[in-house]
Amino acid sequence: MSDFFTVSVLVATLASGIRLATPFLLSALGETIGQRAGVLNLGVEGVMLIGAYAAYITALRTGSVVAGVLAAMGAGALMGIVYAFITVVMHATQGISGIGIFLFGLGFTDLLFRHQVGTPVPIDGLRGLDMGGLSDLPVVGELFFQHSVLTYVAFALVPVVWFAMNRTTFGLNVRAVGETPEAADTLGVRVNVVRTQAIIIGNVMAGLAGGTLALDVGIFQQNLTSGQGFIAVALVYFGAWRSSGVMAGALLFGVVSSTVLQLKTLGIIVGANSTIAAMAPAILTIVVLVLVSRRIGAPSALTVPFERDN
Amino acid sequence: MALGQLSADPEEAAPELAAGRLARLLRPFVGIAVPATAAIAALLVGAAMLLAFGANPLVAYRELVTGAFGSADNLADTAVRAMPLALVGVGICIAFRTDVINIGGEGQIILGAIAATVTSMAFDDVPRALLVPMVIVAGAIGGGFWGAIPGALKAYAGVNEILSTIMMNLVAFHLLSFLLQDLLIEPGDIKIQQTRRLSENADLPLLPGGTRLHVGVLIAILVAVLGYLLLFRSALGMRLRSVGHNPDASQYAGMAVRKSITQALAFSGACCGIAGAVLVFGSESHRLIGEGGAAAFTQNAGFNGIVAALFGALHPIFTVPASFLFGGMLTGGSDMQRATQVPAALVVALNGVVVVFVVGSLRLRDRLRTWAGGISSYGGRA
Repeated sequence: MSDFFTVSVLVATLASGIRLATPFLLSALGETIGQRAGVLNLGVEGVMLIGAYAAYITALRTGSVVAGVLAAMGAGALMGIVYAFITVVMHATQGISGIGIFLFGLGFTDLLFRHQVGTPVPIDGLRGLDMGGLSDLPVVGELFFQHSVLTYVAFALVPVVWFAMNRTTFGLNVRAVGETPEAADTLGVRVNVVRTQAIIIGNVMAGLAGGTLALDVGIFQQNLTSGQGFIAVALVYFGAWRSSGVMAGALLFGVVSSTVLQLKTLGIIVGANSTIAAMAPAILTIVVLVLVSRRIGAPSALTVPFERDN
Repeated sequence: MALGQLSADPEEAAPELAAGRLARLLRPFVGIAVPATAAIAALLVGAAMLLAFGANPLVAYRELVTGAFGSADNLADTAVRAMPLALVGVGICIAFRTDVINIGGEGQIILGAIAATVTSMAFDDVPRALLVPMVIVAGAIGGGFWGAIPGALKAYAGVNEILSTIMMNLVAFHLLSFLLQDLLIEPGDIKIQQTRRLSENADLPLLPGGTRLHVGVLIAILVAVLGYLLLFRSALGMRLRSVGHNPDASQYAGMAVRKSITQALAFSGACCGIAGAVLVFGSESHRLIGEGGAAAFTQNAGFNGIVAALFGALHPIFTVPASFLFGGMLTGGSDMQRATQVPAALVVALNGVVVVFVVGSLRLRDRLRTWAGGISSYGGRA
């Protein structure tokens, strides 16, 4: 155990925790915006898979990471349009249609991968930035200044999302249609338009989160996300629909995952015991859900479709 | 204006009458509008994908259907594949009718499988006539326990069951992996995540006919009938559906809403747990195998069972033929892959499309039903 408590190992663990938190943070922030508008998207997992595959195949074919990132966001936007149609126009039950999106993403990306690629070919993925002197600083450099650009984007989005939700007309409208769509409608807010926008933004972020994951590991495989999208949805509850809370949750999950990995690498937890440690994030989520459920209310109109009574 | 009513305006009277007659004619078909729309839409989406992959959709679908239903052996394989779907599907009917969204089928299958496996290991020598029922009941208890936890958390602590059941799945995946690397692993040098060959006395007996079809199919049908009786022919089921329809009114009427929610998820989990036991003791290896990930063991039945239940209009009896259909897609998928080189994962993607179209077309069905002069009987969020 003493192997773990050395400065270099702790710093490495925390730094990789921040890296692992990135996909959680991007997708959960996006889901926050959608839920604030009253739309639950349980299909984040499927959208992440589609984004991951889009990023992977684009980066593989073009050799460009930037193109991969754009493809992931584009794929997310497409899924957003589909999901908006299903839930906003067709009023489909949100929890269950999300499962449909998940199954579709799971099967569709597996299908494309087997058909277009077959055996896994690694790609040149994301690289950490080199910020000269900053990156070379002891401790702080490794912790904060050697990450990939998408990690900085994700964390920069935390205040951006907060500002957009709380200090802009768009954010006001989003919150209004999520809490009291009838009142918002009376005031001339186009409820379904705002919801569609929020869904598309959320899905672009989920696609980007998947893309980050694929570009980070430099590979795609069936079910690459392995439940991360579902955890992202839980993180929204965990963070009580606030971007700072969501960030705390994402960091917690990232650091717990990196700690488990590190303890395994160091041989401190061996063999089967690591699977027990791997349960920690899920159990933690359940505990937190128990603690927050009664205190903080979800947006009042979450999962409720809107239709004007004539 | 209510359709079918005579209009005061003579200009409009004639089409109104015609519409009323048409509505009366169509009324019996409204019930199948949803699955029919969903199936046709999914087939079209699938055909588009097949075309995009350069395969002939007609050939692909012919291979799929032949592979699924073309011979006695294929039919038996389809039935074997359908059993877990039907069992999970019945559980989904019970939960969804109570307006509890159970996404935890995967975890409940695993806990049922673990409980059944441990039971068979503990009672190796109990005769088959006793051990088979014992492992099935153990599966039900294991899955029921795993379902009751999120049920109670929802009922008494207000925890969103969609999230808690997903987390329970993750815990179950790791628990399975742990047990198969440690306590339950086959003794010896080979470190594969699987148990030893379990007691022969717990093997689900094969049905006559020389196929792989085993007694699990009868268990699935029995559970579906029991599920139907529970939901639609018992006071308990009446209470569950009432809570699903309107929890506030049920509370006001003196029904135990919290208890009902817990019970619904426990029953739902029990059905999934039986599926887990059937997957272990109806398998050809007669082992609990975790190698290749938990989804390789559950065959994603925890999710695909939702598809079957929705396709069966959340009715336990109709869920059985729906499961058979989806079991057929899963078995036929590999034949399709062989003939057209399009990966069988297409079927998983199509299952997702079916879910989306089923829940997307419920509104259409309700409109049709209003139009045809019936009442919407769909309770809850489903």
